[in-house]
Amino acid sequence: MAEENKSIRFIITRQDDPDGKPYEEEFDIPYRENMNVISALMEIRRNPVNAKGEKTTPVFWEMGCLEEVCGACSMVINGKPQQSCTALVDKLEQPIKLEPMTTFPVVRDLAVDRSRMFDSLKKVKAWVPIDGTYDLGPGPRMAESRRQWAYELSKCMTCGVCLEACPNVNDRNDFIGPAPLSQVRLFNAHPTGEMHKAERMDAVLGEGGLQDCGNSQNCVKVCPKGIPLTTSIAAVNREATIHSFKSFFGSDQHA
Amino acid sequence: MADQINREYTLRRLHSLLGVIPIGLFLMQHLVINHFSTYSEEAFNTAAGIVGNLPLVIVLEFAVIYIPILFHGIYGVYIAFVTEMNLGRYGWFRNWMFMLQRITGIITLIFIGWHVWETRLANAIYGTEVNFDMMANILSSPFMFWFYVVGVLAAVFHFANGLWSFFVTWGLTITPKSQRIMTIIVFFIFVIFSYLGLASLVAFAS
Ligand code: SF4
Ligand code: FES
Repeated sequence: MAEENKSIRFIITRQDDPDGKPYEEEFDIPYRENMNVISALMEIRRNPVNAKGEKTTPVFWEMGCLEEVCGACSMVINGKPQQSCTALVDKLEQPIKLEPMTTFPVVRDLAVDRSRMFDSLKKVKAWVPIDGTYDLGPGPRMAESRRQWAYELSKCMTCGVCLEACPNVNDRNDFIGPAPLSQVRLFNAHPTGEMHKAERMDAVLGEGGLQDCGNSQNCVKVCPKGIPLTTSIAAVNREATIHSFKSFFGSDQHA
Repeated sequence: MADQINREYTLRRLHSLLGVIPIGLFLMQHLVINHFSTYSEEAFNTAAGIVGNLPLVIVLEFAVIYIPILFHGIYGVYIAFVTEMNLGRYGWFRNWMFMLQRITGIITLIFIGWHVWETRLANAIYGTEVNFDMMANILSSPFMFWFYVVGVLAAVFHFANGLWSFFVTWGLTITPKSQRIMTIIVFFIFVIFSYLGLASLVAFAS
């Protein structure tokens, strides 16, 4: 078959360590049917020889689930941030360009450190506190209509693609980005999580919070999970308007 | 402590609010009054005279125009500074609006600075009279005419698109549908007020 000799050219932006200088290296990978980008990277790892025929170090990247639920394998493929496990070679224009996401610090080659996002989730208390010294019993039920849209928000895998596409998440701006804001909406909607809404709102209006959104709306276009991020942000905006009104003029939840 | 945490939030919301009230309202009022220049010189002088002779006009000018614009402008430059444009990769409509909002903001700030100097401060310092002739004089130079055209368009764009963001920022338009309808509404606001502004520039210049 002709396909046996076919090879795919990859242009990969590499970086040896967190402070290293990025450089490009090209690879020719033998084509197989139904390849995804990760299988090509595995091929490089098996046989780390670049397009010039020189032996090189294997390209480093991160992966976990291989089914687009963990977000670890996110990178910029042909200019578009996405998951390399679900990026099919047959659907990509060649040569295929792989770069690490630029919003996060590079650990090595295509692997980035997404701590910025995880720290933000902690900052905005994106959880439902249920730990106690005794069994709290079952929580209140959630209305089905609300559960349906909340479920969509819960699909977020903290891949960081929306932060990558956001013009306001960068070195000069400590904006926490769209994903944590949408999580605030999710946990505020939860019947038990709602009890901590005021605290969460205080956190989300802190430095780098909600207010740094400039409505470029790139996030909602790039999110691989189709999460309605801009709807979430606007909803949290409304909540913030009400919250700040209450906290300024006083209410039951604000001393 | 809460006040401290919320400083940035408060400044951003204030920035958003001032852009519409009073600055946006003033801009609309200003362009409507200017449009009297298309009827006749006297019509404009009378209309501008009414506004110019409002009681406590100097207090009004400071409270409604200079201080809000100064804050909105300076804080706006900061907002523009902390973004990283990425239109090359993400050339979608809203991202364009996002970028244009910042660019027109800077242009408008320069334009307004010049415009206030030329029409208000010169009046305060040299006693130049503010009337139809003054504008006709300024706009007789083709360079100034085009400078004003760009300035007016930038200001109106910045206001119209800013109004769109205002509705999102305050949580008034949440759904994609309401935001889309708002896009159409502010488009018409842009067209109408651009027309008012440009028509008066042409009237002054001819
Ligand atoms: S919201 Fe979407 S793009 Fe953003 S981190 Fe979650 S899954 Fe990724
Ligand atoms: S490996 Fe988990 S999303 Fe790709």
